[in-house]
Amino acid sequence: MAQTHAASHAGPAHYYVPRPSIYPFVLAGGLFLLACGFILQVNGFAPGPWLMAGGVGVVLFVLHRWFGKVIHESQSGAYREWEDKSFRYGMIWFIVSEVAFFAAFFGALFYVRNISVPDLLSMLPRHEMTLYPEFKDLLWPQSGAGPKGAAFTPMGAWGIPALNTALLLSSGATVTWAHWAMLKNDRRQLNLGLFLTIALGVVFLAFQVYEYRHAYTDLGLTLGAGVYGATFFMLTGFHGFHVTLGVIMLAVIYGRCLKGHFDADRHFAFEGVAWYWHFVDVVWLGLFIFVYWL
Amino acid sequence: MSYAPTAPHDTQHDGHTPSGLLRWLTTTNHKDIGTMYLLFSLLMFFVGGAMILAVRAELFQPGLQLMQPEFFNQLIGVHALVMIFAALMPAATGFANWQIPLMIGAPDMALPRINNLGFWLLPPAALLLTLPFLLAVFGVGDGAVATGWTLYAPLSVQGGLGVDFAILALHIFGISSILGSINIIVTIFNLRAPGMTMMKLPIFCWGWLITAFMLIATIPVLAGAITMLLTDRHFGTHFFNAGGGGDPILFQHLFWFFGHPEVYILLLPLWGLMPHVLATFSRKPIYGYKAQVYAFIAIGVLSVIVWAHHIFTAGLPVPALLYFMYSTMAISVPLAVLFFCWIATMWRGAMSFETPMLFAQGFIVLFGVAGLTGLVLADVAADAQYHHSYFVVAHFHYALFAGGIMGVMTGVYYWLPKWTGHMIDERLGKLHFWLTIVSFNLAFMPQFFVGLAGMPRRIPDYALQFAEFNAISTVGAFILGFSQLLFAYNVWKCMRGGEKAAGRAWEGADGLEWELASPPPHHSWETPPAIR
Repeated sequence: MAQTHAASHAGPAHYYVPRPSIYPFVLAGGLFLLACGFILQVNGFAPGPWLMAGGVGVVLFVLHRWFGKVIHESQSGAYREWEDKSFRYGMIWFIVSEVAFFAAFFGALFYVRNISVPDLLSMLPRHEMTLYPEFKDLLWPQSGAGPKGAAFTPMGAWGIPALNTALLLSSGATVTWAHWAMLKNDRRQLNLGLFLTIALGVVFLAFQVYEYRHAYTDLGLTLGAGVYGATFFMLTGFHGFHVTLGVIMLAVIYGRCLKGHFDADRHFAFEGVAWYWHFVDVVWLGLFIFVYWL
Repeated sequence: MSYAPTAPHDTQHDGHTPSGLLRWLTTTNHKDIGTMYLLFSLLMFFVGGAMILAVRAELFQPGLQLMQPEFFNQLIGVHALVMIFAALMPAATGFANWQIPLMIGAPDMALPRINNLGFWLLPPAALLLTLPFLLAVFGVGDGAVATGWTLYAPLSVQGGLGVDFAILALHIFGISSILGSINIIVTIFNLRAPGMTMMKLPIFCWGWLITAFMLIATIPVLAGAITMLLTDRHFGTHFFNAGGGGDPILFQHLFWFFGHPEVYILLLPLWGLMPHVLATFSRKPIYGYKAQVYAFIAIGVLSVIVWAHHIFTAGLPVPALLYFMYSTMAISVPLAVLFFCWIATMWRGAMSFETPMLFAQGFIVLFGVAGLTGLVLADVAADAQYHHSYFVVAHFHYALFAGGIMGVMTGVYYWLPKWTGHMIDERLGKLHFWLTIVSFNLAFMPQFFVGLAGMPRRIPDYALQFAEFNAISTVGAFILGFSQLLFAYNVWKCMRGGEKAAGRAWEGADGLEWELASPPPHHSWETPPAIR
């Protein structure tokens, strides 16, 4: 090999191509089990939950091993600037795909608010339609009523949701504060910043769980509460799921920081997770404005 | 904290490479993965083809002969999903895997393990799609998804087990596509050989780059739409139910926001391939490289803002109809740029007509028919007549078979000598071409006529007046289907042996991949080439 040990940052670079790995194949198998189990479960077949549990087990096991392997490779210096850049591009485009995913649900929200619900309303006077009399006088939010809907109270914006907005925005600040610490090699501030970010994320999630319980038990606001309930729970639910993933990712990074991983020059994993966290933050702002507030 | 100086910089080099089956399960090599993509695609091409031959057999005569309408519906839906997600897309991704690193002077794809995951997600997804057929045989469920590939609500909300299988299959196909796209974007942005600026990038790679952007923008929207479908089916939401304030048309909007770009996703990699083939066999440089790149970008942008021309008859407001009509027709401008560039590439060239060149020219002519009939369908007033008729079926098969499958075959015949180190059997290849192009037109040209006369698609029975054209179409389809066995045989033969191919397998071929031996070494461009 022409590659010399010293030439890690310059010279004719050598891109790291990992050795063959069985993890992708096993992960695909795990997802297959999970999908089959899920389908059987929602259609009421007995082995569903078992297959699902097996699938989740395989997926979690492989993710644990695969990420463990990547961390090991990173620590042993396999990744240099060239590889680092690949990871950065990869993470950016992954986040773009996540944005597109949320865009579908926001699109659905805007569509029902601006098109389908006003459309149904406009049919009442024109056709004296009595199919869904509960639509009358309700613009948004409404339950859709009809045969399946029931009365509910929409979620207000200025209680827990406003608090949650403050929590997530502060967590965005603390993770940036931790990043500054990383850049100036202040490990104490780094660890503290990460810890605060995780704590804020967990409190956010706890509030979210409380809010869901409140919605179901006191407000009559459920997943089946017309299209308001559907968009409310799907948007906030997928967001909450992403926050959960973000907290797990942050926790892994926190653990790595405690172990002394990363330095001022090399900390893609930290930055990638921070980007993800900011993405989750921005989605929440959209939720707060369009789902809770307006 | 320290970075050990003993970087495992050469661990990927042989010595511990698994052999046998394990080699294919665990590989991180772009050539191995590309081969798997292509062979999987070929297999699924025959699976999807067998389904549609059963459909054509049923349509040979009016009345019901072979199957019940429910099964007929399952066959057409799964045929489309298999052909799109398991045959055409993997074929294009196989090209990307094999060719992009060779063409840009990269040692491999940027994220090799993710690359392998992208492939290995495909077999489970294809299995999910087809499993319900088998389950129904054993009395579980009522067969595969019977809604057509578009999965329109409310039919898909009420459908059986097969819809759930299709939804989960599409989710897994989608994950695979997104991983593949990320990999391709990262590879093209980060792994080009020094000196290869974006405007020196081979045009095939440009085609794939724009495709990857489109996939990343639209596949997640499909994922969102089918997730809403899933919750409408099983968790009591009302996204597509007017009884709860939702709207079935919402599903159509979300689906076609993905579905229309999907057409270009299937075709753009092949539009990128065409200039290479035409230039090689015309022994001229590619004409209008920049114009074609800008046309790709324009098509990519336009593709996501024209979706509602698929649902003109669903009851959209007139301003929306007009907007979607004009924006759709605007696509013909960049597309015409491509056509003229292709023709100009051949203009006054020293042309020769090897199999890949024949397929490329068949592609241009027949894909031109698809483009022109598409222009007709984009007209709101005319579409009211043509919508949901066999005219549409004929139109998109001119796009996706003549444009898609024949484009893939152009690429396979063109690059097979590079991949295998053997020249293809020209006589068989030419026979395959002529059988394909004649039988294709025999199968699909009559469908324009029955469509114009009002024969609706997706219905197993039809009025007597359509009988002759349908009989001709079925005969054409069977010849078309069985002549593809020649293709498979030719590929197999080329893999097994044949006349040795030189590094520059085609006399007029230009580009980095032809600087390597045929077949290229297992690890190529480990030292990046310098680009003038």
